[in-house]
Amino acid sequence: MLTKRIIPCLDVKEGRVVKGTQFLSLKDAGDPLELALFYNEQGADELVFLDISASHEGREIIVDVVKEVAGSLAIPFTVGGGIYSIEDIRRILRAGADKVSMNTAALMRPDFIKESARVFGSQCIVVAIDAKYDPVRNDWRVYTHGGRKETSWSAVDWAREAERLGAGELLVTSMDHDGEKKGFNIPLLKAIDEVISIPVIASGGAGATHHFTEAFNEGKADAALAASIFHYKETSIEEVKYDVKEKGGLVR
Amino acid sequence: MIGIIDYDMGNLYSVSKALERLEIPYFISKNIDELMEADAYILPGVGAFPDAMKTLQETGLQAFLDTKVYQKKPLLGICLGMQLLFESSEEYGQTRGLAYLPGTVERFSGNTLNGDAYKVPHMGWNELVVKKKAPIIQLFTNGHVYFVHSYVVRTDSSVVVAESNYHQAVPAIVQEGMIYGMQFHPEKSGDVGMNLLKQYGQLVKERKV
Repeated sequence: MLTKRIIPCLDVKEGRVVKGTQFLSLKDAGDPLELALFYNEQGADELVFLDISASHEGREIIVDVVKEVAGSLAIPFTVGGGIYSIEDIRRILRAGADKVSMNTAALMRPDFIKESARVFGSQCIVVAIDAKYDPVRNDWRVYTHGGRKETSWSAVDWAREAERLGAGELLVTSMDHDGEKKGFNIPLLKAIDEVISIPVIASGGAGATHHFTEAFNEGKADAALAASIFHYKETSIEEVKYDVKEKGGLVR
Repeated sequence: MIGIIDYDMGNLYSVSKALERLEIPYFISKNIDELMEADAYILPGVGAFPDAMKTLQETGLQAFLDTKVYQKKPLLGICLGMQLLFESSEEYGQTRGLAYLPGTVERFSGNTLNGDAYKVPHMGWNELVVKKKAPIIQLFTNGHVYFVHSYVVRTDSSVVVAESNYHQAVPAIVQEGMIYGMQFHPEKSGDVGMNLLKQYGQLVKERKV
């Protein structure tokens, strides 16, 4: 049967890996290819590169990073950030990425999901959802522009809509849990799992090995993503997989 | 020399880089005169079945492959490339395939026989279970490979070399004569996948001599 995936995330800015806490205060954490090789060695099942470059030059560099990674190691990876057109997707996929992740562009024009799924197939279209709890409405709202702008969508409704439009996978980030290291947002994951039937990558909040296991066993996630916990070697992918396996999960 | 068939349907870069790392000689082309020079072929593919078949027909690549298959040149289809080797697919309506192998391609139902829902696509690492001996798995002992697909082949057990289990038996490696197919992405499947590609390279090399 299918195994649960552990996915290190590399935030890339102008060709270098950085990591922000709650989308703020960036800190340089290294070279993308070097980190990719390191995680591949450790048993990463997949990688996500999030391009947070602000400049046009930075966007050009990501294509070289993708080529370098695809040319050097044999694991699947997703590239997100700055994907606004069919042409953007084509460039990234042709450079050797397996999937692209879209966020703001999909919310600004939901039909973009449909069009890209038709051209490239649903399997390579990941829709990233940045969700933040709203105590007044008692649900999670979706944010765009790296968490700066609130939209009118609830996370659960948007997840359902993204699937309907042809997304092949969802990357669900809890903005409340991101950087807090208290664990993934299980209620959010469960709420989304109940309405969709495509794979979900849990993101935001990993602080210990057992958090991953919880995301799988309680949050019903298919994969779990983390950055700083791996970058700063607070735990290893091996240790995470050991815990998942111990508690009845399947890993590679 | 392996000819990787470029028909605008997917990720040629990763496949070609994998062959490069394995020092297997290859070239990428969409030109039939150039492809004529190869001793064996890889048909990659990501995307939709009808679009792929349409392109193969319009470019004359289907007729070209028919000849090469008749001449018993090795051919390896990867992912959608494997599905195309079969008789037909129900993706976006019924479409005829290359029909080099017996069987059809259908969508994962998304429901188990007990009525429980499961997720489609089948995405991630799944274990290969060997079903029959074949030279392509000579270097394979055990392990997981990376799948991403929503459609699955239904075929005769005689062509299934290895399968995986995803709420049903999923033909993962198929073979009949010199026709090979891999439903997963060997070029994205770590050492296990690299060994399978290496073995294909070896088969091609031995055949040439």
